[in-house]
Amino acid sequence: MDLFAPIKDHHSERRLFVHRVAFAGVVALLMLGLVIARLVQLQVYDYESFAEQSEGNRFRLQAVPPIRGLILDRKGRVLAENLPAYQLELIPEQVDDLDDTLARLAAIDLIEEDDIDRLRELSRSGPRFKPVTLKLRLTDEEIANFAIERPRFPGVDFQPRLVRHYPHGEAVAHAVGYVGALSQSDLQRLDASNYVGTAHTGKTGVENARESFLHGDVGYRNVVTNALGRQLPTDSNEALETLPEDEVPVPGENVYLSIDLDLQLVAQKALEGRRGSIVAMDPWTGEILALYSAPSFDPNLFAVGMSTSQFDSLQDDPDRPLFNRALRGIYPPGSTIKPMIGLAALEVGATNLRHTTMCLGYFSLPGSDRRYRDWKPEGHGEVNLHEAIAQSCDVYFYEVSQVLGIDHMHDYLTRFGLGSPSGYDVPGEHRGLVPSREWKARNFPREGRQNDWYDGETVNASIGQGYMIATPLQLATAVSAIATRGERYLPRIVAATENSMTGSRKLMRPARADRIDAQNYHWDAIIESMRDVVHGIRGSAYPYIGDVAYQMAGKSGTAQVFSVAQDDEYDEDEIEERLRDHALFVSFAPIDDPRIAVAVIVENGSSGSRVAAPIARQITDAWLGINDATQ
Amino acid sequence: MRLSETQRLIAGKAPPLGDFSALLRKLNIDGPLLGGLFLICVLGLAVLYSAVGESMRLLINQLIRLGIAVVGMMIIAQISPDFMRRWTPAGFAVGLILLILVKVVGDVGQGAQRWLDFGIRFQPSEIMKLAVPMMAAWFLHDRQIPPKPGALLILAVIIVVPTLLIASQPDLGTSLLVAASGIIVIILAGLPIKVMLGLAVLSIPGAYGLWQVMEDYQRQRVLTLIDPTSDPLGAGYNIIQSKIAIGSGGLFGKGWTNGSQARLEYLPERDTDFIFAVMGEELGLLGLLTLLALYVFVIARGLYVAMQAPDTYSRLLAGSISLTFFVYVFVNTAMVTGLVPVVGVPLPLVSFGGTSMVTLMAGFGILMSIHSHRKLLPH
Repeated sequence: MDLFAPIKDHHSERRLFVHRVAFAGVVALLMLGLVIARLVQLQVYDYESFAEQSEGNRFRLQAVPPIRGLILDRKGRVLAENLPAYQLELIPEQVDDLDDTLARLAAIDLIEEDDIDRLRELSRSGPRFKPVTLKLRLTDEEIANFAIERPRFPGVDFQPRLVRHYPHGEAVAHAVGYVGALSQSDLQRLDASNYVGTAHTGKTGVENARESFLHGDVGYRNVVTNALGRQLPTDSNEALETLPEDEVPVPGENVYLSIDLDLQLVAQKALEGRRGSIVAMDPWTGEILALYSAPSFDPNLFAVGMSTSQFDSLQDDPDRPLFNRALRGIYPPGSTIKPMIGLAALEVGATNLRHTTMCLGYFSLPGSDRRYRDWKPEGHGEVNLHEAIAQSCDVYFYEVSQVLGIDHMHDYLTRFGLGSPSGYDVPGEHRGLVPSREWKARNFPREGRQNDWYDGETVNASIGQGYMIATPLQLATAVSAIATRGERYLPRIVAATENSMTGSRKLMRPARADRIDAQNYHWDAIIESMRDVVHGIRGSAYPYIGDVAYQMAGKSGTAQVFSVAQDDEYDEDEIEERLRDHALFVSFAPIDDPRIAVAVIVENGSSGSRVAAPIARQITDAWLGINDATQ
Repeated sequence: MRLSETQRLIAGKAPPLGDFSALLRKLNIDGPLLGGLFLICVLGLAVLYSAVGESMRLLINQLIRLGIAVVGMMIIAQISPDFMRRWTPAGFAVGLILLILVKVVGDVGQGAQRWLDFGIRFQPSEIMKLAVPMMAAWFLHDRQIPPKPGALLILAVIIVVPTLLIASQPDLGTSLLVAASGIIVIILAGLPIKVMLGLAVLSIPGAYGLWQVMEDYQRQRVLTLIDPTSDPLGAGYNIIQSKIAIGSGGLFGKGWTNGSQARLEYLPERDTDFIFAVMGEELGLLGLLTLLALYVFVIARGLYVAMQAPDTYSRLLAGSISLTFFVYVFVNTAMVTGLVPVVGVPLPLVSFGGTSMVTLMAGFGILMSIHSHRKLLPH
């Protein structure tokens, strides 16, 4: 202690303290007086008004969730609607023993044993007064059974709710997507206050991409209850003025899709029992006419809610029904890119229409013994570009590729939309890959120095093998751009949104990528060769679909399957089946006035012409209104 | 005369209750304080029983916490104020370190980071409710009273640092109480009236700055106070419903366990921050005034203990604990009646919940210790 510090004067300090305590005491009493005055105001002066609000009528503001917008096809047929259903709810704060309640519910088969942990977690995470949905749709039988057991389950009850329903579930599952129970992570992304009463949100597809249109705005209503908590009709009382007014929810907008339900059903039938995908679009607008991925699944399972075991079996199915092959399935495009490579070669002068190649069934690079084989072992003989496309000669393209080079190849394929997202208006598509020197250097750095691009890799790339991968959606947009002679429209599935109150519609405008410039007679030549794929006597698809009743241009493709996961368990036949090549076919028709472009991929379908071409034809027939005599 | 009897009760000179009184003295327990607290707790438990929907399980839960808190109080009452004073800086430092630890590794509960988990979860901010006034009192113990400007500056740091740490968790209610407990020490130490007025004037730009750093939900609460109907389902809902509950209780209330607002679950947080409204609805104005009177009695007894205290440290500490207890009562009752924004301060000794009860009882333990360990010096 500092010796020269002033000595504390305990007496005056104490006196000062007493003064201060008295001062604080007075202030405290004044503040307390304020509270008491407030209490007198509330409980004596305004007593009658508050008593009225509380005594006879009791109000509760209740969130009224908006009705989700419908999803319809291009002809106004319903693809997603809302149906009333009863769901089982649990209010955590009214349940004494949560574990016991859940166990007993599982014992009478209302919930599954496997779901108990998830439901327990759910019941403990939210506010205790907020109902937790145990089961989304109860069958009549379950309702009847639970009605008997109800007294044994305080805090558990069934509630009417609108449940999303997909009348043509499997046929449109991958195009429309589905809704599922609103989760905590959904709420971080969405405006939580608008989802107060909402149980579901779009998880995939259009349901997810157009969530903001489909959902609508939450409303509020004053719920009136009597002393026992039972709801009374709102108009039976007059004290409502003192309360906030009801706010009617704004229903979500209806969304019209460009897909055609009939075409979806044709697609579903055509791919029955197979794995693969079909994408059909209008080349002049980019409107998706059909988008199907096989095998499909029932989206109603997600809307209604399924048990963990049901979900696991969907998730673990080796055929991967939940996987959207149209958007995310990546396949070597194979020979389907030959028309584009041909156009590029013509444009940069790597070949011309008269140039021919002698195809002996294989090709070797100068100074190398390695043989790059044609799919036809005996060879095609002497072929020009037209014949090389129509008959799908590989050797012609092997040879031209050495003049064209990977840089031009990459340039043109990129202009056709390969190797980058197609611009589809539903997120989630794979970007595919068109290899280039830069790409290889970036992805295969070899001990400090960069890995060069090899000529052999150009050879592989020229027939759509090697590193190159594309999605069915990308192939459909690319072939559309051939149909329009260079106008590449971005694929669109949402055609219009409709205000469900006023009926006013907003149409979506087509969007275009940069035009692919090429000489007109080059386009003619390419399209003519694609015509002969279908109609030419030696065309690769002619034996299978040569009898079509309209002018169709097409190109088959066969993609080598390079890997089957080692740890997957299949029996012998299965392995063999899954090692077969993928069958591809792209087409458009009619040639003079293209109205539909189609891309078909059948996994392990062996032959593009034999397996995929007839499917593309069925879709085109259906769209052009032709009754297929062969069926 | 009745008034003088009350005075005698406050002064602890009520007719001796024989053996019991002697026992309390032996245990360093202050009889009047214990009696006041006992009555508040009985009334509180009764209201709580109704507020939790007559759940015996939850009531027993609260009784156990109360038991732990009372044991804690009795233990602390045995510790001499001198010992407390010597250990004050260490305690303050530990509290500060724990607060920083919360910032770094704390559990997030209900959108705020307040908890530390050492086997048992607890909020280090609770420690600061006592550590801050203790530290301020310790600092002033050997110094000249009223404090010089330099000393005031150090005191400001002692208060502001933990307050900001707690406010950033964010926990506005607790940071407010911690700041209040420290400021009260300075006021009791004789902060010149002129300085107080000056600070009051300075608080206007300060309030503006505070507004700028507030979280959105905190601003919303202030705005909702001005117009509760602006957010009828959110923050405003609490105030609207709590005013209906209190107002409809009238003079005598609807009767114990008969409050329809509370029973039908219109009133949110009815067993915690808004329990005062449940009481107002069921027991009426008379019930509330009874509770307030009990609070006033306890606070008055606490201030009496402070005035009797022999040294600066215990005097300031006792005064601060008593007046902070008042701040608790005021902030909660004022927020439930819609006078101040909802800041999340429980009604002391009545609201459901353990942590704050333990801290409060620990504070009363300190008061008892100060009173029973005082050496009867001639005035």
